[in-house]
Amino acid sequence: MTVLTDLTLKAALDGLASKSFSAEELTRAHVAAVEAARPLNAFILETPDKAVDMAKASDARRARGEAGRLDGAPLGIKDLFCTEGVRTTACSKILGDFKPTYESTVTANLWRDGAVMLGKLNLDEFAMGSSNETSAFGPVVNPWKIDRELTPGGSSGGSAAAVAAGLCLGATATDTGGSIRQPASFTGTVGIKPTYGRCSRWGIVAFASSLDQAGPIARTVEDAAILMTSMAGHDVKDSTSLDVEVPDFSQFVGKSVKGLRIGIPKQYRVDGMPAEIEKLWEQGIAWLKEAGCEIVEVSLPHTKYALPAYYIIAPAEASSNLARYDGMRYGLRVEGANLTETYENSRAAGFGEEVKRRILIGTYVLSAGYYDAYYLKALKVRRRIADDFDQAFGKVDALLTPTAPSAAFGLGENADDPLAMYLNDIFTVTVNLAGLPGMSLPGGLDAQGLPLGLQLIGRPLDEGTLFSLGGAIEKAADFQAKPAKWW
Amino acid sequence: MRGARRYLHSMSETTNTKLIRGRTGDWEIVLGLEVHAQVASNAKLFSGAAVGAGAEPNSQVSLVDAAMPGMLPVINRRCVEQAVRTGLGLKAQINLKSRFDRKNYFYPDLPQGYQISQFKDPVVGEGEVIVERDDGSTFVVGIERLHLEQDAGKSLHDQDPNATYVDLNRAGTALMEIVSKPHMRSSEEAAAYVKKLRTILIYLGTCDGDMEKGNLRADVNVSVCRPGGHDRFRETGSFSHLGTRCEIKNVNSFRYIQQAIEYEARRQIEILEDGGSINQETRLFDPGKGETRSMRSKEEAHDYRYFPDPDLLPLELDPAWVKAIEDSLPELPDAKKARLQSQYGLSAYDAGVLIIEQDKADFYELAARGRDAKLTSNWVTNELAAKLSASHQDFADSPIGPGAIAELVTLIEQGVISSKIAKDVFERMWAGEGAPGDIVEKQGLTQMSDTGELEAIIDKLIAENPGQAAAVKDKPQAIGWFVGQVMKATGGKGNPGVVNGLLRGKLGLG
Amino acid sequence: MAIDAATVRKVARLARIAEPEDRLEPLAREISGILAWIEQLEEVDTDGVEPMTTSVAATLPMREDVVTEGGDPAKVLANAPKAAKDFFVVPKVVE
Ligand SMILES: [Mg+2]
Ligand SMILES: [Zn+2]
Repeated sequence: MTVLTDLTLKAALDGLASKSFSAEELTRAHVAAVEAARPLNAFILETPDKAVDMAKASDARRARGEAGRLDGAPLGIKDLFCTEGVRTTACSKILGDFKPTYESTVTANLWRDGAVMLGKLNLDEFAMGSSNETSAFGPVVNPWKIDRELTPGGSSGGSAAAVAAGLCLGATATDTGGSIRQPASFTGTVGIKPTYGRCSRWGIVAFASSLDQAGPIARTVEDAAILMTSMAGHDVKDSTSLDVEVPDFSQFVGKSVKGLRIGIPKQYRVDGMPAEIEKLWEQGIAWLKEAGCEIVEVSLPHTKYALPAYYIIAPAEASSNLARYDGMRYGLRVEGANLTETYENSRAAGFGEEVKRRILIGTYVLSAGYYDAYYLKALKVRRRIADDFDQAFGKVDALLTPTAPSAAFGLGENADDPLAMYLNDIFTVTVNLAGLPGMSLPGGLDAQGLPLGLQLIGRPLDEGTLFSLGGAIEKAADFQAKPAKWW
Repeated sequence: MRGARRYLHSMSETTNTKLIRGRTGDWEIVLGLEVHAQVASNAKLFSGAAVGAGAEPNSQVSLVDAAMPGMLPVINRRCVEQAVRTGLGLKAQINLKSRFDRKNYFYPDLPQGYQISQFKDPVVGEGEVIVERDDGSTFVVGIERLHLEQDAGKSLHDQDPNATYVDLNRAGTALMEIVSKPHMRSSEEAAAYVKKLRTILIYLGTCDGDMEKGNLRADVNVSVCRPGGHDRFRETGSFSHLGTRCEIKNVNSFRYIQQAIEYEARRQIEILEDGGSINQETRLFDPGKGETRSMRSKEEAHDYRYFPDPDLLPLELDPAWVKAIEDSLPELPDAKKARLQSQYGLSAYDAGVLIIEQDKADFYELAARGRDAKLTSNWVTNELAAKLSASHQDFADSPIGPGAIAELVTLIEQGVISSKIAKDVFERMWAGEGAPGDIVEKQGLTQMSDTGELEAIIDKLIAENPGQAAAVKDKPQAIGWFVGQVMKATGGKGNPGVVNGLLRGKLGLG
Repeated sequence: MAIDAATVRKVARLARIAEPEDRLEPLAREISGILAWIEQLEEVDTDGVEPMTTSVAATLPMREDVVTEGGDPAKVLANAPKAAKDFFVVPKVVE
């Protein structure tokens, strides 16, 4: 008998199409898995009734021959996406019991195509973090466990953990500095941050507007491609949304990569990087060579400045984006003796320590006398970083790098050192600054038995090539490992 | 870009210095204005909610205006077009590339916690406004820039003793902030500038100019300096020649603008004469007390942390679009004034009075066609304007139409009625008694030009007053007495020209 | 640039976040550490480099001047901590 929660999204959609099982059966199996996995703390809001209702409606559509691309597929939704009538918190106390009266464009696209919502997934508060430990709902536990409990990464820790643990067939996620790719790497899943502007930001709680981008986390490259095809699309409600056609990305999976030139950026060989990651990278290069790719060394000289630039730009934008959480129109209000105190009390009680720290840094770098030295400088460095990629893409079709400088680490291990935590995004953040598509997919396990990810970086709007290359690596790596069920 | 920094006007048309006498000597006022004009549009600057006052609270609010999580701004094309149109009307440079910045501060009627505005790169650059003074002379006020920005919501403080009520209907409405150079020198000049600017906006159709509703309001920057300071500033461009300025926020009537300036200038002079110095600060005008006072709450730690709004991309204008807007501009006040002068032979003063309201000028032109231009102008700008203003009506909805005024003027021109009778006819027209011709006929107000009838009256007068008649020979101006008597006898209907001619003949004055 | 407790107090005020006095010093130390690390950006030659505010190589799209939203105060006020007569109710603002 097939275990419905072990299926890939593709296999599940095929099973639904061939009427091997119903959407309701598929959904109930996942609802049960979600309930059983509460120790992971991946879901912070389960919506089983809604899920079953949606599944029944899906079965009815399929019976009428009206099934959409994702019809009947149970998904998890990162709690950064506003969902109509369903509490949306960004995992912050400041939003309280906020129930949007509207649906984000990305999730609306998924429901349009027939997907089923299982509930809302945990994340770092306002997507600020790399370990899911800043969540007001407590950290997510990585289903991959060794001698101790590990982080699934962040900020999309709930999304990655839920997909890795078989709680949903795929999940929405967002990536501002690596928040899709690093958790994917830590959990042996596939995550893609598309080109900035591919997915509408409308209805997604903003962190840093010029960097935020939604994307899927899934168990296979093909599943990620199927989800991306639904999530992406031009949206007139987002001025930064790109008015371009969305291809069926799954077509690219399995396409030959022969003759593609793959750049290996030498600056990604950083001091103190574990040998196993270096080894995995070499392995990835070998796989692509075998698949007929040409390997070219490239230089991205400003790579080391990406993180510091990011830690000016992202907090600056966040300090302004989060000003609306003021206790006046929605969310938490803690009354003080006067208006100013009410603002200050509400925001002090509502925001966690990391969010406050970033708001303070962002406020500082924008304030009079510091704007040029910090913010403007960072924007110029950002241009340098983007130019580096432009130059590299004159010579190569895509880049291959490790996703993260380490495997999943223990909960609490970096919690006291913000800088150590920030370094998690060292390989991913450049992609956000330049607005490029980036994919992480599992390459293998380290000596402890923990998954390690490889990252593919593409030209703007060239997600297709990433799906082809991802498919080639996936096939060569034949990554079958799954976390042992301990929860 | 349009290279339009054209200062066409000679020095004789620059501003007038009006000195204020202090205890320690004379002072001059220097004024620069930031006018906020609500853009005439259906929807808001960045959302699809309706614009307009008077609706139920929070009924014209989109999710964007309420700054719900994840909401994003999308700019309204019409608002950009209106800003460009206004820029062209101010003979200003249109910046084909501009951008939007966020101005960050906390206030309950500012839902986003920032106002989207244009700080660094505004859509419109330098331009100019030619302003008429009350005496008909003109001066030029330089425009520094015009930018687009969002309005805030409304805070109501009188609904509850312990709380403020917030209505976001106005939040997100498009404003044009029009920043002048510090080129005005008296409260009268400042008011005249706002009046002219308002006229231009109404001609352009980019703002309804309704100051009572706050759709046009001014922030007035006031400073004082010793005589000559402003001239040196104009020569060198260096603000060091000017005093420290205070900004009086949101003054929304011509009268208040003048009162606020008068008060503020006096206040600053007193401080300076007492050996103090002026704090650059934001002040509020209290119309009840006729005073300005410091806005401490806003002053405290204002650091707006402007930065480019990452939710918006650079605003780039297609030059062909700008050209099309330029080609669609209506005849503007200055052009109309020049045309009224040349076409109708009106004085600059009369033309200036007519053009200040577009409806008045249009009314005039309809009435004046083929008639005495000056006479028509007087009837429009004096008699009718006074009636309308007393009854709070506009030329657009005048109960007496241009056709009726034209008829009245024609009756005067043809000598059917005298100017004096015309006033009576006009009163009856205003009272709704009908067309002037009908009134004249019904009331028998036609001028007496029948020489036979008049001769009989005159002969009788001379016969009854031989002494007076004799005196006229030595003192010709005494003829006036006879004219008066004839008019009395005819009930004012005697044609003055005919009466004069007959009298001169009969009294032997040749 | 190292920042001190007074600067943290000022910045927290600007950001409308109440920070207790005993948090100012530790925050100043943390933020100074981060700023010191950030300052390696000074090594990058950015003379004549155009600041990059977005990665989108397009210009601002515009919407038509049509009313498409509003007319539903209940929706606007649905999550309000305090509301009365369709107004948001906030602490007394003193001008
Ligand atoms: Mg101002
Ligand atoms: Zn303004």
